[in-house]
Amino acid sequence: MQPLQPGSPNQQVFSDTLLELAQRDRNVLVVTSDSRGSGRLVAFGKQLPAQVVEVGIAEQNLVGVAAGLASAGKRVFAVSPACFLTARGLEQIKNDVAYSDQPVKLVGISAGVSYGALGTTHHSLHDLAVLQAFNNIDIVIPADNFETRAAVEAAIDHPRPLYLRLGKKAMHHLHAPGTPFTIGKAIRVRRGDEVALMATGETVEIAVQAAELLAARGVSADVLSIHSLRPFDEAEVLETARRVQAVVTVEEHSVHGGLGSRVATLLMQAGVTPALRIVGIPDEYTYTGSQQEIFAHYGITPDGLATTAEVLLEGRRVLTR
Amino acid sequence: MHITELERKSIQYRKTILASIAQAGAGHTGGSLSCTDILNVLYNRVMRVDPRNPGWNARDRYIHSKGHSVEALYAVLADKGFFPAEKLATMGRGGSHWVGHPTRKVPGIEQNTGALGHGLSVAVGMAIAARQDGADYRVFTLMGDGELTEGSVWEASMSAAFYKLDNLVVIIDRNTLQITGRTENVMALEPLADRFTAFGYAVRTVDGNDIAALVDIFAQTPFEPGKPNLIIARTTKGKGVSFIEDAVEWHHHVPTATELERALAELDQAEQRWQERYATIATR
Repeated sequence: MQPLQPGSPNQQVFSDTLLELAQRDRNVLVVTSDSRGSGRLVAFGKQLPAQVVEVGIAEQNLVGVAAGLASAGKRVFAVSPACFLTARGLEQIKNDVAYSDQPVKLVGISAGVSYGALGTTHHSLHDLAVLQAFNNIDIVIPADNFETRAAVEAAIDHPRPLYLRLGKKAMHHLHAPGTPFTIGKAIRVRRGDEVALMATGETVEIAVQAAELLAARGVSADVLSIHSLRPFDEAEVLETARRVQAVVTVEEHSVHGGLGSRVATLLMQAGVTPALRIVGIPDEYTYTGSQQEIFAHYGITPDGLATTAEVLLEGRRVLTR
Repeated sequence: MHITELERKSIQYRKTILASIAQAGAGHTGGSLSCTDILNVLYNRVMRVDPRNPGWNARDRYIHSKGHSVEALYAVLADKGFFPAEKLATMGRGGSHWVGHPTRKVPGIEQNTGALGHGLSVAVGMAIAARQDGADYRVFTLMGDGELTEGSVWEASMSAAFYKLDNLVVIIDRNTLQITGRTENVMALEPLADRFTAFGYAVRTVDGNDIAALVDIFAQTPFEPGKPNLIIARTTKGKGVSFIEDAVEWHHHVPTATELERALAELDQAEQRWQERYATIATR
């Protein structure tokens, strides 16, 4: 298999795509909270200054203003670091956007542990959990540049509130051009029949690399990019889980309330019971370091995931022996 | 609508508010009665709205930031014909959209509110959008005074001034009471006019239970070009019923059958006095 080709940070692809779309439609607006640098929106601000609404470091106001703009027919992307947007602005997301059904696109940048060694204040390991507990907000976490571009294009006309979660690391290309992308529909990156690696966001490429290691060790691994937590592709997850012995979920989020919890809840209630392991950030004072170092510490690496998969499969073999 | 007719409307709205709260068995009596005259003047004299077409693009927008006083808003919207008055009887019942805080499920309501300190930011977003579109609609929002301790109010205020939103009219229902007691004892707000002025508003103070004064102050907007408008409306919580006025326990006390009867009797007398005063004008 060819090694994965390097691409750009998803945040860069987001801002490039949005600039293109905004040049064609002056109703496309960006609302920022002194976050144009992190959001890679400096070029957008220079080229389309009339389409930027700056509110300063004020996430509550950011979300409320975005709701007001959306209510007046604007296509609004409210961009702020995920850690602040979904904690400081949480009640505004709940009431002004989700409950009021204003089709704002909330863009959480530098999500998960993107900010790495800046520490826990700058990590967002809670955002998927809290937003999944609100109704009426769709949640999209693109894995690579292709998914990011497709997600932004889909978001423009999305009729419901939407949370788009992005990271700042340069990603590898995972999908062939022309791969279908629909919000709510998981993408199979690799087909396998012994273990399924179900990942979201920046961890998908690690799952793909883990699948290659497993292939070299004689294990057939399926890889799903579950870029949408809501709507959630229950059919694809169930179909996949039914034909494998083990499922490993992977996410850059707390092990509580994110992708893994969503998958586990679905499988248990459907009576589908492969061996299951939720890989993410555990319930402890988070290890400090770069994103890569934090991932390594918690086994979110190609080798870590491959080993987890093998341990699950071995356990299943012992049970059925 | 003439000022004398507006005065009568306020008496009728207050009866509707009390009756609907009593029937629902829940509601915010004091705050609804304090802001009745403000809503009356806004909807019957100031704002450009069309009850038959609530989504009309050119409409003025109103955000009820002090969402707990929704009963006053329901009374006015029903009277305007946004929805049939019978809907008020469903308030607080299972499955009704006429819940204890405003939602967009009710015709005429722009935004779901109830968590305090949210309305102003939304109003700012609407006012910025009007500017960008070259539209001449205005955006009004009403905040309670107790609500002003929410930090988000001041975030939003900074942006209202920064974007020079003179198409935004912010009204404070300054009834000086919140659920625990006097605002000045819970968390002092004064000098309130100075604080808002410092944040960049053009500030005016008015008797918020005086219809003529309210009509006059709204007619003066925009107060200063390039500045958001802020009206401190000095009101009496529970206005219009002697034993409810300025009484902290009536924040969300629901009138008993006896209290409702006494209150309605007082309001009937007020309406009688109104008729005696204006009968000659009305029949002329």
